[in-house]
Order: sequence, then structure tokens, then C-alpha cells
Amino acid sequence: MLKVKNLETYIEQFHILQGISFDVKQGTITVLFGRNGAGKTTTLRTIMGFYPISDGNVIYKSEQIGGLPTYLIARKGIGYVPEDQGIFHHLTVGETLLLAQRTKNEEKHEKLEWMLEIFPDLKKYWQKRSGLLSGGQKQMLAIARAYINSNGLLLIDEPSKGLSPLMVGKLMDSILQMKEKSTILLVEQNFFMASNIGDYFYIMDDGKTVHDGYMNELKEDKETLKKYLGVS
Amino acid sequence: MNVVLNLIINGLSTGMLIFLLASGLTLIFGLMSVLNFAHGGLFVWGAFVAVWLFDFTKSFILSMIGSIIIGMLIGWLIERFLIRPVYGNHIRQLLVTLGGMLVLVELIRIIWGSNPIRSNLPGWLEGSFQIGGVILIKYRLFVIFFGLIGYLLLILLLKKTKIGTTIRAGVDNKEMVQALGINIKNIFSFVFLIGAGMAALGGMLLAPYSGIIFADMGMQYAILAFIVVIVGGLGSIQGAIVASIIVGLAGAFTAYYFPDFSLAVNMLLLIIVLLLRPKGLYGEG
Repeated sequence: MLKVKNLETYIEQFHILQGISFDVKQGTITVLFGRNGAGKTTTLRTIMGFYPISDGNVIYKSEQIGGLPTYLIARKGIGYVPEDQGIFHHLTVGETLLLAQRTKNEEKHEKLEWMLEIFPDLKKYWQKRSGLLSGGQKQMLAIARAYINSNGLLLIDEPSKGLSPLMVGKLMDSILQMKEKSTILLVEQNFFMASNIGDYFYIMDDGKTVHDGYMNELKEDKETLKKYLGVS
Repeated sequence: MNVVLNLIINGLSTGMLIFLLASGLTLIFGLMSVLNFAHGGLFVWGAFVAVWLFDFTKSFILSMIGSIIIGMLIGWLIERFLIRPVYGNHIRQLLVTLGGMLVLVELIRIIWGSNPIRSNLPGWLEGSFQIGGVILIKYRLFVIFFGLIGYLLLILLLKKTKIGTTIRAGVDNKEMVQALGINIKNIFSFVFLIGAGMAALGGMLLAPYSGIIFADMGMQYAILAFIVVIVGGLGSIQGAIVASIIVGLAGAFTAYYFPDFSLAVNMLLLIIVLLLRPKGLYGEG
């Protein structure tokens, strides 16, 4: 569904992505692992067009999207949940989700209804200003907003960051439910969460993909876990 | 009591004129992070076009519509050719918009000459009302009414329309608006047009208010508008109207009771707000 080939990105003079390649297969959850500064967030932001590509390709549903402006990439059907959630603080929950619909049609309406089913808090706080939601509710809103606007692929950046273990558990269940209808590329430092919901993984180090495979295999590979993720 | 009431009316009407200029500026600043020093030029153009059209057509309504259209047209040209190439670069924005302001002012001198021009009121707005011994000047009440209408229309646009919701979302987070498939550049252009139209309307209303217009008056009002934008909070229309009223009233009262202090009062207000609430009265945080 998504192919990233030899992607290179500079931020100012810094060579952050140094030729990463990976595939995201339809109907799966693929997890990007890596230490801080490995380039995971930059990868998602480059796919979304926030950073210019200096070399390589991004292909989505057989179409090259690298180099397109962000709004056109989003219109191809890619939803994005940034690390900081990117909440519209002054908009209510309802305004945010209706804005994400952009054009109203049956499909978008069903997506909205489904999101309200998965995240009932969003229905409860429909009229509440998004900036006043709790951390977990903001994360739900960011994911729902991205899902409603997407058409097949979600890029989610560290959804568990700053959340309580209880909330992380709820989020895991929600993401697994969403997998039924969407392909997900997940960046996550929480190995427990990612290893329980992911199908495939890629490990990034210094702007390169250094290891990949099935998630079940990684759980058993103590050496790789210790070497790249500090998990023992 | 009579004096105080008149000072309040004066302050409110001046505040509304400043609001019309500052409302566009605050949205442009909040949404686009653009320091538009050419905004005062749109205000002056609104005034000159309106006076010229009024002399020509004798219609106050036509002069109002004409000045708004010309203001929006100039605003479109400024956004498309001056500001769009320098989005994200504050130093260049400052230079090109200051340059734009100078060009707009010099063009006025070329077209209408360097001397101040007299501006007349339509007959139906001349004179005053007398209520319980208090004299209320008709045009000042008209300006207050029009400023409030402008404010309400802007609030309706921002709160009740989809493009308004997008503008508010953009003020919060431009990147995420784009990640929802919305072309933020089109929203920028729309906001710029609205801001330019409001500034021209402000200039148009100011002309008969002050009685005389001149090419350099834009910068004088633009400084007040910048103070309002900072005091109110970047991107906040509610902040802009509250700050405009405070600035207008402070100016009116100090000009009457402490004339030597009238120029300094707004700067003092700005300093106090920056010290106590650096993000402005309605700014977050």
C-alpha cells in the first residue's frame, strides 16, 4: 500500500533520513521503532510533505506522492496523527470532527459515527473546547480526526506518549479495532504496546532502517531488542 | 456628566475605527504569522477612494462599496505578489510590507497630490441628537453602529461558517489544517481579502470623521492597530474589539484630561499588558 524507497531528508544542514526503505502492507499495523533522534518522526513528516524530500520516493497505492504539497497528500487518503496531537484548541470537539469530514457524504458520515462508537467520550464532549480535554481525550480526538479524513492509511506518531497505563490499554484496543478498516503505520517507543498490536516492524537507527521483520520474531530476538531498543 | 458621556462616545467611535483596521491585521498575524506593515496603506486608500467616489457620485453607499472593492483588490495584489513569496521569513516580510506601504502612500501622492483633502459628510449623517441635554453627534454613533456590525459579521463568519472554522483551526495549527487536505494558501488569501476590505472600510469611515485626510495618516493608525493586536492577543477578534475600545477610550479621556499624556497612554498600556499578560488579553497561556 505504501512504499518508501531510499528516502533522504535534510532539516536545515542536518542529514536526518539517510536512505530509509520500507513497505506497509494493506490491512496491517507496521511499527517503526528506534531510539530518540533515529528519524521516526521525520519519516512520518516527510511522507506527509512537511519536509522536502532530497532523494528517494514515496509511493502510495502505486502513485508517487513524494514532493506533493501536504494538502494533496492528505487528499490521496493518508491521515496523520502528530506526536503533539496537533489539536485545534479553540475549536470544539464537534467542530474539529466536522472539519475533518471536509465534504459530507455517506462514507464520511459512517466514519464519524464509527469513531464516536469507538471513542464515546468524543460524543459526550461534543460541545467542549478541544483545548480543555484531558491528554487521553485529545489523543482520541486526534486519531478520530485523522481517521475520518483518511481513506485507507493512518500515520500515528507516539500515541501512548504521556498517557496513563489505563489509557494506553484503551488506546491499544481502539487501534486494534481500527485495523479492521484501515492500514496503520505506527511510530511508538512503548515496546509493550507496539509489540502487542503490531504485525510488522522496522527498526531505525541514525536515519536508516537497520532491521525488519514480523513482530512475533522480534519479541523473541533478545539481542536485537537490547541492541537497538534497550529492552531486556 | 455631559462631558464624560461625550468622551465615551468619542472613545468608542475611535475604537471602532481602530477595530476595523486591527481585525484584519490580527487574523493575518494569527493565521499567517505575517507582519503586514502595508495594512495602514489599505486604510488610507480606503479613505481616498471613498472621498473621491463620494465627490464624484454623491452617494455614501457607493463610496463605501467602492472603497471596500479597491481595498480588497489592492490587498489581493499585496498578498499574491509581495507576501506569498516571503511566507515564513519575518525579516523579508517586514521589508517588503514596509516597502509596499511606502509605494501605496507615494501612489496616493501621485494621484491625489501631497496636500490634505477635505472630506464631507452626506446630509443624512450631519448634525446631532440631543437626549436629556446631552448632545450626541450622529456620525459618531453611526461609526459605533457600523463597527459593531462589522464585529458581529466577522464573528458570524468565524463561528458559523465552514471557512470560519477553518480559519480558527489555522490560527491554532496551520500544519494540521493542511494534513486534513485543506489548501491553507487559499485560506490565507481569503483572510487577506477580508482584512483588506475591513481596513479600507475603516479608512472610508474615518474620512468624514476626521474631516481631512492625508497620505501619511495610515502609519499613525497602523501603530494603534498593532498595539490593539498585541494587547488583544494575536488572532483573537474578541481581543481586538476589547483592546480597540480600551485604546479608543484611553485616548479620548487622556486627550481631554491630560493632553500631554495622550500619545504615551497607549504605549503605557502596551507595556503593562506585555509585562502582565505577554500573550495579550485573549491570548492563550
